[in-house]
Amino acid sequence: MTRWLLLFSTALGTIVVGVAVGPSGLDLRSVVGGVLGSAGEPTVTIVRDLRVPRVLLAFLVGGSLGVTGAALQALVRNPLADPYLLGLSGGAGLGAVTAIALGAASPWAVPLAALVGSLGAIALVYRLALIAGAGLDVRVLLLAGVVIGAFAASLMGAIMALVPAPEVRNALLWLLGSFSRASWPAVLLFAVYAAVPLVILYRLARPLDLLTLGEEPAGYLGANVARTRRTLYVMASLLTAVAVALSGIIGFVGLIVPHAARFTWSRLHQTLLPATFLLGGSLMVIADAVARTAFAPLELPVGVVTALIGVPVFVALIRKWAA
Amino acid sequence: MIEAHAVTYRYPSADRDAVHEVGFALGLGEAVAVVGPNGSGKTTLLRLLLGVLQPQYGEVTLAQKRLSQWTRRELARLIGVVPQREDQLFPLEVGEAVLFGRYPHLGALGLPSARDRQAIQRALRLCDVAHLANRRVSTLSGGEWQRVRIARALAQEPRVLVLDEPTANLDVRHEMEVFELVADLVRNEGLGAIVVTHHVNLAARYADRVLVLDDGAVRATGCPDAVLTEHVLRDVFEWPVAMTEWSGVPQFVPLRRREVEGDARGADRALGREAERNGAD
Repeated sequence: MTRWLLLFSTALGTIVVGVAVGPSGLDLRSVVGGVLGSAGEPTVTIVRDLRVPRVLLAFLVGGSLGVTGAALQALVRNPLADPYLLGLSGGAGLGAVTAIALGAASPWAVPLAALVGSLGAIALVYRLALIAGAGLDVRVLLLAGVVIGAFAASLMGAIMALVPAPEVRNALLWLLGSFSRASWPAVLLFAVYAAVPLVILYRLARPLDLLTLGEEPAGYLGANVARTRRTLYVMASLLTAVAVALSGIIGFVGLIVPHAARFTWSRLHQTLLPATFLLGGSLMVIADAVARTAFAPLELPVGVVTALIGVPVFVALIRKWAA
Repeated sequence: MIEAHAVTYRYPSADRDAVHEVGFALGLGEAVAVVGPNGSGKTTLLRLLLGVLQPQYGEVTLAQKRLSQWTRRELARLIGVVPQREDQLFPLEVGEAVLFGRYPHLGALGLPSARDRQAIQRALRLCDVAHLANRRVSTLSGGEWQRVRIARALAQEPRVLVLDEPTANLDVRHEMEVFELVADLVRNEGLGAIVVTHHVNLAARYADRVLVLDDGAVRATGCPDAVLTEHVLRDVFEWPVAMTEWSGVPQFVPLRRREVEGDARGADRALGREAERNGAD
């Protein structure tokens, strides 16, 4: 119980800190005043319209990527699995880069194109994985993900080679991830959309535990392996697809947060998944705060920051694992 | 409890049946051993009996109901399986590993009840692994891990226990402990047990009935002293053997090439030596 309290307060604390830091730093009173509307302008606008939606979106996306990573690691029975493993980032990237190259003007054009791209990649990978038979073969799923990802990456490379430099720069920045386009509609959209896959993944917590043993043992302990796998893959993919569409490709959160949660929290998914959500959200808020402030007024892509944090953490985890 | 009627299964793209018209029956309170050489269809038969594979001909029933009419969850409440292999992707503690045995009884959400915890404690106690509850499974010895896996199967509170080569890679003591444990569970708890094993001599001593598979078909079935004869074993394992006896059950001794050299006297000599050695003990 105290452990959960600790985790919740950590999450809440990072959210407050995330709102406070930025090009114009705010103290705690201004943050509260900004949220309540009692602080003067421009604090209220900065807090309500810029900082809070951005921090909330970062938290939700980070949490979702963490949960997806944990679920996929159990699904493909590989501790190195992450949400982008299954070709989805390639599809999303291809969609987004195409929209940017075509000079899409509407703020929703790029996210929409990314979503379409990743849904296309998911469908292709899923179809390929079923070629081997009626059941979803995880080995084929992995290979299909890699192949579709590579194919999308080469098309992306071709487009980037053919369009003018400013578009290429925009596309590259988009690919590295950012929450700079966060808005209240984006937060609400994500929250409503993500709720369904998150709840479904949580309900699969026990079958996920069993899947880590392997297909046959899981079946002997009562899991409907084929159905669980299909549901897992589709839900995890749909969740990642919308995260990518709204914030680009942000690596390492979905890879290291589940491991960190396993070491510090629990190996059973019923507690692991919520812990991963809170930890992933907190990490993403911190990473975004660093991205905004490190070279202010310039912004780093948040994917650069998560990789800079993620690689040392990963090395530490490997050392602990080997010990 | 479990019955198979002339089941036949052929793997896709194979040119012969892996299991051909095999009949099988297991009641409660009895142990049946399935023996046979590598590739004789033992594991395929198990998969058919457990509903992992569906026979192309014949049918398998559990409590008089066709296997396909049971869900995996219902099956898991009646049959506890200790498979030959499984992964340890993220090393669990023993208590957590045994908790998995309660999953067929638990809903998607919610915590284990007092009843569940009781079943786990009892399973841990029966398998003598209660003191290991907080150990990581990756730190266990082969024998301990095997007992933990049996405890997990018992936590399912099944009526039937199925073990696929449960003592591969175990030393004599741990091997005997596993067989003793299964025999106790059959005698005291009234479970039915199916044990696939390469240890014909132990099968003879522990099983109520033995099923000998050869090339996917039943070569012999019945009580050990009727089934485990020199003739059957030599044929099935394609190796010369001599038979002896230990407290009323047949035991076999695989012979060295030079002990058979061309005639039956070699075998007799070998057996004579074996008998002398037994006598000297």
